[in-house]
Amino acid sequence: MSQRESAERRTTKPSDTEETTATRGEAAASADLDSDVDSILDEIDSVLEENAEDFVKSFVQKGGQ
Amino acid sequence: MSVHRVMGIETEYGISVPGHPTMNAMVSSTHIVNAYAQEVIAAGRRKARWDYDLESPLRDARGFDMSRAEADPSQFTDDDLGLANVVLTNGARLYVDHAHPEYSAPEVTNPRDAALWDRAGVLVMERAAALASRNGSSPPINLYKNNTDNKGASYGTHENYLMRRQTPFADIVRHLIPFFITRQVFTGSGRLGIGQEGRSMRYQLSQRADFFEVEVGLETTLKRPIINTRDEPHADPEKYRRLHVIVGDANLCDVATYLKMGTTSLVLAMIEDGALDHVDLMPRKPVSEMHAVSHDTTLGHRVALADGRMLTAIEIQMQLCYLARKYCEEQAAGEIDEQTQDVLDRWSATLTDLSNDPMTCANRIDWVAKLALLEEYRSRDGLDWSAHRLQAIDLQYSDVRHDKGLASRLEARGRLDRLFTDTDVERAMTTPPDDTRAYFRGECLRRYPEQVAAASWDSVVFDIPGHESLLRVPTLEPLRGTREHVGALLDASPTPQDLIAALSVSA
Repeated sequence: MSQRESAERRTTKPSDTEETTATRGEAAASADLDSDVDSILDEIDSVLEENAEDFVKSFVQKGGQ
Repeated sequence: MSVHRVMGIETEYGISVPGHPTMNAMVSSTHIVNAYAQEVIAAGRRKARWDYDLESPLRDARGFDMSRAEADPSQFTDDDLGLANVVLTNGARLYVDHAHPEYSAPEVTNPRDAALWDRAGVLVMERAAALASRNGSSPPINLYKNNTDNKGASYGTHENYLMRRQTPFADIVRHLIPFFITRQVFTGSGRLGIGQEGRSMRYQLSQRADFFEVEVGLETTLKRPIINTRDEPHADPEKYRRLHVIVGDANLCDVATYLKMGTTSLVLAMIEDGALDHVDLMPRKPVSEMHAVSHDTTLGHRVALADGRMLTAIEIQMQLCYLARKYCEEQAAGEIDEQTQDVLDRWSATLTDLSNDPMTCANRIDWVAKLALLEEYRSRDGLDWSAHRLQAIDLQYSDVRHDKGLASRLEARGRLDRLFTDTDVERAMTTPPDDTRAYFRGECLRRYPEQVAAASWDSVVFDIPGHESLLRVPTLEPLRGTREHVGALLDASPTPQDLIAALSVSA
């Protein structure tokens, strides 16, 4: 899936739209799962350390046991 | 035969001070421990120090002592005087070990409690870090329940199991090596990076595997061995050995911790009872097989056994799981206790699920839960495995803050199965288990905070007004000092003087 398709899909929440209700069928379960994944990723986006590169590079530990 | 035995988990936490990369880790770790000690244990009251009298970290299970001159200084545990080191009312030890804050959970008698008091440690660390930044003694400090910085350093999550002294150590080595190499399929916490320094950005099952270089040895900080021979039972050495297991990962999933402790306890029971005497699953090259199993997330790698067979890690685990079930059924004559039955059932179900589709274990096994999240990010954002964001996710999965830690976020969403409620875990932060000597230790600290001068796994030391010397109460038997054993005695002793008098009479 391209980033763009993915971004568009994320903006569509099944509970908000009539279309989704109309197309409820065998794809519904999978759509629910997708929207669940999207909302988890959105939440994680909001808590993830802002500068990933700095965060990863500055995590330097002394060895332990 | 069951999963029940005296056991416990000790965890060194990763520590970082954002914006202050050069801050000395011993100093920041000391801030963590002191902040918790000062504000939580007892503001202004005495902090019980650790009693080092019986520590002997250079004693080797093979029957000889390493001289201190031969030992690497990092192997000493008693020269860190001055570093923060306290005992908590839940019976745990919170201290600074090798530039990491460490929580050594109290001794418990079963895997469920081991997982609970280990999890209480995450909450202790979260609270300690919050207090350290609030009291202004240091800039904000972040803590991680993981085992590597992906730049060459590793720090441990050690399991301890009390075993019968008479079990030959050679049997332990022969049967545990194949078990440890293959249990990674459900105990691994997942790591983005291959090799000690994370040179190649591929995903593997275990945080720790690449840091193991030899099969058997005393060291824990260098040339790490799959079987660690440290023989420091913290109990009657004639009766007991404490098996010190250093190969494990720090788990965030309750079920993973529970299975790790439960299955290992079952395998140890079979070794003690000679039930594996005719089984030989020893790999030809244990160390490289340990790495190879960890590096194959398809779980298809075949381990070359010394006898020529080629078996996958799951096949080896399934065989041990089958033998354990059969042995429990024979021994218990159909009356297997509930927790042992639960461990056996979860063990076999998890192995079956892993062999069908590892992703079905994203609700209970850390490496799968983290991999699922990484794959979702990759798919949404088209990320290459070398993306810094993926490495950040790997790291932040283990952040102890409930609102920042990604395992915690997944759990809050219902994506990870829980074995405990928040109330269970909060209670375990301050309350000891009922059924080991940790009960006596923790209760003495809670009831007589002014008069407990020091404590350790095998002692509580009182400083009683009017007595010139300190009074040391040895607690060498891990299964004494339980609520059943001393609960009434403690209730009848409003002061430590009363307790000492009562103990002298009953001794």
